[in-house]
Amino acid sequence: MTIFAKVRETSLTVEHDSLRKHIKGAIASQKRPTITVLSSLLAIQDSIGYIPNEAIEEVAIAMNTSINSVFGVASFYPNFRFTPPGDHSVEVCWGPTCHLLGAGKVLDEVLDQLGLEDEGDTPDGKVSFRFNTCLGACSRGPVISIDHELYGNVSESQASSLLKRFKDNS
Amino acid sequence: MTQDTYKELKDRATSYWEARSNGDTPLIRIGTAMCGHAAGAFRVADRVKTVLSERSIEANLDEVGCLGLCYAEPLLDIKKPGRPRIFFNNVSSSDVEQIIEDYLINDLLPESQVLGYMGEGEVTDSTDSMENIPGIALQNRIALRNAGHTAPGDILQYIATGGYSGLYKAVTSMESSEVIDEVKNSGLRGRGGAAFPTGVKWSFLVGAPGPTKYILCNCEEGDPGAYNDKGILESDPHTLLEGLAIAGYATGASNGIVFIRHGHDGPIDRTEKAISEAYENGLLGENIFGSDFSFDIEVALTGESYVAGEETALMEAVEGKRSMPRFRPPFPAAFGVWGKPSNINNVKSLSYAPEIISKGAEWFSSIGVNQSTGTAIVCLTGDVNKPGLYEVPMGMTLGQVVDDLGGGVSGGRKLKLLQTGGPLGGVLGPDSRDIHIDFDEMRSAGAIFGSGGIIVGSEDVCAVDLTRVLVAFCQYESCGKCFPCRLGMEHLLEIVERISNYESKAGDMDLMRSVGGTMEAGSLCGHGQLGFGPIRSAITHFESDFKSHIEEGICPTGSCDNRKIVPKNTRPYATDFAPGD
Repeated sequence: MTIFAKVRETSLTVEHDSLRKHIKGAIASQKRPTITVLSSLLAIQDSIGYIPNEAIEEVAIAMNTSINSVFGVASFYPNFRFTPPGDHSVEVCWGPTCHLLGAGKVLDEVLDQLGLEDEGDTPDGKVSFRFNTCLGACSRGPVISIDHELYGNVSESQASSLLKRFKDNS
Repeated sequence: MTQDTYKELKDRATSYWEARSNGDTPLIRIGTAMCGHAAGAFRVADRVKTVLSERSIEANLDEVGCLGLCYAEPLLDIKKPGRPRIFFNNVSSSDVEQIIEDYLINDLLPESQVLGYMGEGEVTDSTDSMENIPGIALQNRIALRNAGHTAPGDILQYIATGGYSGLYKAVTSMESSEVIDEVKNSGLRGRGGAAFPTGVKWSFLVGAPGPTKYILCNCEEGDPGAYNDKGILESDPHTLLEGLAIAGYATGASNGIVFIRHGHDGPIDRTEKAISEAYENGLLGENIFGSDFSFDIEVALTGESYVAGEETALMEAVEGKRSMPRFRPPFPAAFGVWGKPSNINNVKSLSYAPEIISKGAEWFSSIGVNQSTGTAIVCLTGDVNKPGLYEVPMGMTLGQVVDDLGGGVSGGRKLKLLQTGGPLGGVLGPDSRDIHIDFDEMRSAGAIFGSGGIIVGSEDVCAVDLTRVLVAFCQYESCGKCFPCRLGMEHLLEIVERISNYESKAGDMDLMRSVGGTMEAGSLCGHGQLGFGPIRSAITHFESDFKSHIEEGICPTGSCDNRKIVPKNTRPYATDFAPGD
């Protein structure tokens, strides 16, 4: 894993770039009483959308633990990403309910529209696409989420027209 | 908060709620739980606000939870003075203006979108009572009693409808041992899947040394097909907080933690709002009702991990680590979160506590059957006409659930299978209509009731295809700690994919059984131990589907001919860390 090597190379003494300030701010501004490695990582992901190497270092410093332990947590949960996300997020549920109701075809359509083969970012960096195991609205399956807004009972053609917004301005 | 200030608060809440729900100003309610959200309820709510302000109409608007009829969402209801609540179903934002103009201004009821009325007052003859809808009539709502009726973000509405009176009764008039006895006598069993008696579980924590002890509430709920925990938190978070505080009083715990998956913003935001409201009103914190009892509640988030719902893995995630199960013993009651005595309960189990204390153990145990008392909160989804979130008495048959609540299999098709109890549960065949929702009966039928998800599959569903998705989910979610599960799930997925691609080899069925046996014997937590469950029940009930793939190379429904998308496991396993890396 490349990030592993990169984390080892970066120097812990670099203090004054704005990304670090932002990360420190995210760690410091957590409101819940219990602050952990995981909660800090989630706060950073919420704030800047991904976990850069600097975040691994800053969390290790703030929580008084090692870079390796922090990366161990970050790499375990698939919701963390290590590169900047696209401007928009698209998620499609592939859980059993959505699958029975036709999520496979919706997935095909979404991948075709975005020009992707699998999870990942579109070449223009506009959209980050992910599979989701359950978006929580099973009674309205198949469900897709665009920028965290849920759309239920989605057909292939509806999925296609929902994704048009990413094409028109390009 | 003393006893007197609670009584004042209750009076204030009652008069406020009477004025809001039955006063001179119309009250508009919109269901905005996840089912409503996916149907566009927030767009409807925004439109309502715009129309009201554009036309300078005076009306109150509450975003409420799920009434259970998810198929009818977005569900909007209007309560005009002297009239019952009129429900409009499947409202889109473009319908809003017409509904407001017709009903709110001109007092005319449109024919098409009215689902029914609820409550007292004058109605037109053509309007049907909501009580005539099976999805309402067959429900007996205890944990979800306020869902769809009161706003989750308004503590006064909760208090006015009897909220926090269970906690008040427990703290001011009962010994903690009496509270535990009451819960024991009610026969309440854990609703997370294991069905362990809740009162007995609480009693484990009583003798543990304090002063810091934790009650954890598990709302990880990563099971695809189940959303009842999230439904409670979104619809009525105060019920859970009250239940958590009652558990805290009964066990002598000092802290409560509500554990929710990151990304489920509705449940998280509404729970946090409810916690801050409860603190502001003195219902949490120091010396509740002027007694010695103090209790704090906070929210902890996990990343995406299904195994984080396992109780020891949950504790690891609360501590901010990878959510991998711990060895037991020591058990959580002796050594739990941060090494302190802990007790882990499901959202539903805790949400029953307020009503059990208010109305008594006998009332609760009179609902349900045999050793399964109370209600079952069913998430009915899949190929069914009326999917929903239904709270029904235990003992209802699966046939009643599918046909009466669900309005039958969609498209007039035949029932082929029922997938119950989450991905680790089991698959039941079409002959399962007579099985009752009873923890023990369902277990002996080879499935579990589990967390309450029931996925209906019609005759167009291929058992191999569904099994492939379930196994892919279990493989994706294996935490990787125990090798029988980590490697076994991959192996099982490989074989099932092989079968669904008509490339199976001789002996594949036996190989699956052998791998499954190893996983069962050699895994630390339920994920590995039960990971073979979906395959076992599928090959028991639908052997012919498997045979036709293996022997004839034909998928009976054609589902396996479609492109198969299964996410790559992104957890760094052995392949990512080559030796010397």
